[in-house]
Amino acid sequence: MLRKLSAIAAAAGLLVVGANGPALAAGGALKAKEVHWSFEGPFGTFDQAQLQRGFKVYREVCSACHSLKLVSFRNLGDKGGPFYNEKYPNSNDNPWVKAIAKDYEVNDIDGETGDAIKRPATSADRFPSPFANEAAARASNGGALPPDMSLLAKAREEGPDHIYSVVTGYVDAPKGLTVPTGGHYNQYFAGDLTSAWRGDPKHVPPGGFIAMAPPLKAGLVTFDDGVKSTLNQQAEDVSAFLMWAAEPKLEERKQTGFAVLIYLVLLSGLLYASYKTVWKNESH
Amino acid sequence: MADTAVGATTEPEHGSDPSRRDFIHIAALAAAAGGAATLVWPFIDQMNPSADTRALASTEFDLTKVAEGQQVTIKWRGKPLFVRNRTKAEIAKAVADDSASMKDPATDASRVKPGKANWLIVGGNCTHLGCVPTFGGGEYGGWFCPCHGSVYDTSGRIRKGPAPLNLVVPEYAFLTDTKVKIG
Amino acid sequence: MSGHSTYQPKTGIERWLDARLPIVRLGYDSFVDYPTPRNLNYWWTFGGILSLCLASQLITGIILVMHYTPSASGAFASVEHIMRDVNYGWLIRYMHANGASMFFIAVYIHMLRGLYYGSYKAPREVLWLLGCVIYLLMMATAFMGYVLPWGQMSFHGAVVITNLFGALPLVGESITTWLWGGFAVDNPTLNRFFSLHYLLPFMIAGVVILHIWALHVVGQNNPTGVDPKSKADTVPFTPYATVKDGFAMSVFLILFAFFVFYMPNALGHADNYVEANPLVTPAHIVPEWYFLPFYAILRAVPDKLMGVLAMFGAIACLFALPWLDTSKVRSMRYRPTAKIYFVFFLVTCCVLGVCGAKLPDDPVIPNLTTFQLMGSDMNSFVWLSRVASLYYFAFFLVVLPVLGLVEKTLPVPDSIASPALSADAHKG
Repeated sequence: MLRKLSAIAAAAGLLVVGANGPALAAGGALKAKEVHWSFEGPFGTFDQAQLQRGFKVYREVCSACHSLKLVSFRNLGDKGGPFYNEKYPNSNDNPWVKAIAKDYEVNDIDGETGDAIKRPATSADRFPSPFANEAAARASNGGALPPDMSLLAKAREEGPDHIYSVVTGYVDAPKGLTVPTGGHYNQYFAGDLTSAWRGDPKHVPPGGFIAMAPPLKAGLVTFDDGVKSTLNQQAEDVSAFLMWAAEPKLEERKQTGFAVLIYLVLLSGLLYASYKTVWKNESH
Repeated sequence: MADTAVGATTEPEHGSDPSRRDFIHIAALAAAAGGAATLVWPFIDQMNPSADTRALASTEFDLTKVAEGQQVTIKWRGKPLFVRNRTKAEIAKAVADDSASMKDPATDASRVKPGKANWLIVGGNCTHLGCVPTFGGGEYGGWFCPCHGSVYDTSGRIRKGPAPLNLVVPEYAFLTDTKVKIG
Repeated sequence: MSGHSTYQPKTGIERWLDARLPIVRLGYDSFVDYPTPRNLNYWWTFGGILSLCLASQLITGIILVMHYTPSASGAFASVEHIMRDVNYGWLIRYMHANGASMFFIAVYIHMLRGLYYGSYKAPREVLWLLGCVIYLLMMATAFMGYVLPWGQMSFHGAVVITNLFGALPLVGESITTWLWGGFAVDNPTLNRFFSLHYLLPFMIAGVVILHIWALHVVGQNNPTGVDPKSKADTVPFTPYATVKDGFAMSVFLILFAFFVFYMPNALGHADNYVEANPLVTPAHIVPEWYFLPFYAILRAVPDKLMGVLAMFGAIACLFALPWLDTSKVRSMRYRPTAKIYFVFFLVTCCVLGVCGAKLPDDPVIPNLTTFQLMGSDMNSFVWLSRVASLYYFAFFLVVLPVLGLVEKTLPVPDSIASPALSADAHKG
């Protein structure tokens, strides 16, 4: 009986855990395309070349509207980051990081006069935001707020797959769908199109309207490592970069986890042997 | 709780080899203790300076702001730092005392950069218990600490009172004639 | 604490201390020489596992407070500061966040074990009640802890739960305003939740001590539900129970570590990585998984006040359990009919959990339309949760009281040590 009960309990537990997922999958949007990422699985790591390309896409395209305000320049040179180099364990000394930081201007206060000034960023600074505040961001984007990208890959149920799918998911709106001004039809963007649909009410098209125009196109960014700059390549690379930005400790976490699990399995084995020895001569 | 498991099997029981049994218990306990000890490290290390704090460890300072005979106090790594533009008389006084008996002997030249004897940059915390000394107090023309009466000279060397060491000279370098990078 | 003490101080210092503060004697009697039924199975290891969970949550929680900023403007950023900059901050925060879920997994197993083996029956009613108090405190602590990162789910979860009290007639509005310290969930709410989130775990620890005290007064129940009669029925707690508990803890830690290191956000919600915004509610607002069954009961009732009462009633049933079950036989091992109802109850809890995660009007069987009743299609999660809620209450209020009077039970063994012998000797 107990064995049966435990099987039921285990199955029930899985059911409850699994139940969260489907309910949250965005209303009406297509399920995100599945991309194979280098950071998946228990031994996954970031592909540094990909992160560098992704950073370039962010820097040349996304950063015009999207902030990255939780990430500091020094993070680029941290272990697992796009510009990590063994020679510079302290990312503040990393010359690539310093050079990138210098190209950005950040707000500061002049210590002498108290005036608001701009100065070149240092590795300790965070990425400056393209807009001064939320109202300014909305005013420049037709009322829509471009979300901060620091945590975007964790703030969407399907993670980097979702980002990849949205930036590659623009198609022409089907006939009968009224696209509002400033909106773009996207099959992977969450939304409810029922009110904009004049066709068969049983077959409302999937997806929603997104304020962002298709941001990427082939050849838009030139990759320094010679990789062909296709739309898919750019989308994949920037999604990977954003996953790194959201979870920079991913590699450290997975590597630590492997050691911890091996230790715990060994410990459980030893404790089991100890338990069996103690109980050897006791009936129970 | 678990550490008493070893003791309980000391009475010999039928059959099995007691030394092998004990080995299993000791190994299990050692593994558990080792794991617990390893887990303690992250819990301790989290109190060390975090990455963003460590990143702010250096600062640049424009010396043109300090006139001769003046001193500016800046905040560096959360603590005060005295940047003093010394007069000729102050330098002369400090050099003259180089051979005097001191608790923490040091020449004035060793406390400034070559050719920049007028610029004295020292940590603004008394080496006794960390109070901030004021300039112009005490009989050596330098700093006086109000907390417990330590007296420093114009080179920031301890001359009198309970403090054991001279005011600390931080690691710094002249980027240009008028600009220093501290840290 | 039960029976006489067998502790013998060996050294002079131990004798000296024992005469002044017999704390070593207390520890010895409670955790070394304490007689434990010899037939306890692995379901009995969850008490130890829960102590481990509590200790882990306390330690990681106290550490997180060293870096966390309890303010509406700084909370979200400070959590990200922990994740990105504090040494091992990611590990400590993931341990704390997933530790809460592990705590609830363990406590649900612990409670269901008590339910199955009748551990709430005389003389263990107070022991059971103290356990229910711990469970209530755990729920309050977990809810307030989830608010602290000040993400979208934190904020809107707090809005929904505090609004529950608005259902109370007359005083409802005053109570919610009082809870918020304003006209909406805002900085004052966050600050008081933080204060209470820090306080309640220590109250839990206090009630846990009472829980263990009560346990050691009446002794542990066991799978047969028969009280130990002689020394042959028991073994000393150490090493027999300690090593078994230790092994179980280690296996439990494997599950814990798997979540922390490989799927640390699986039990949370993606929306909580978006900073709280009072102007936009996430598309699907769902509580953490451990509240889902109660959330389903709340939504099953169409009336606001009745829904809130039903939800609290579901918890009140647990408190009343010792007096609802009329059976003379403790363990369901010897109650074949009750066992079937128990399995149904278990399934019901899981079904309620699934219902709580779904939108009420979503169909259970896709693409099937039946007929409307009370404004919803019969093939919808709201109707499934209504049926399940009904069974939940029926189990406590009808099945257990009535079944105990009418069911035919199997013969109960005479003693723990000789179950086989006595099964023949006793009929009825």
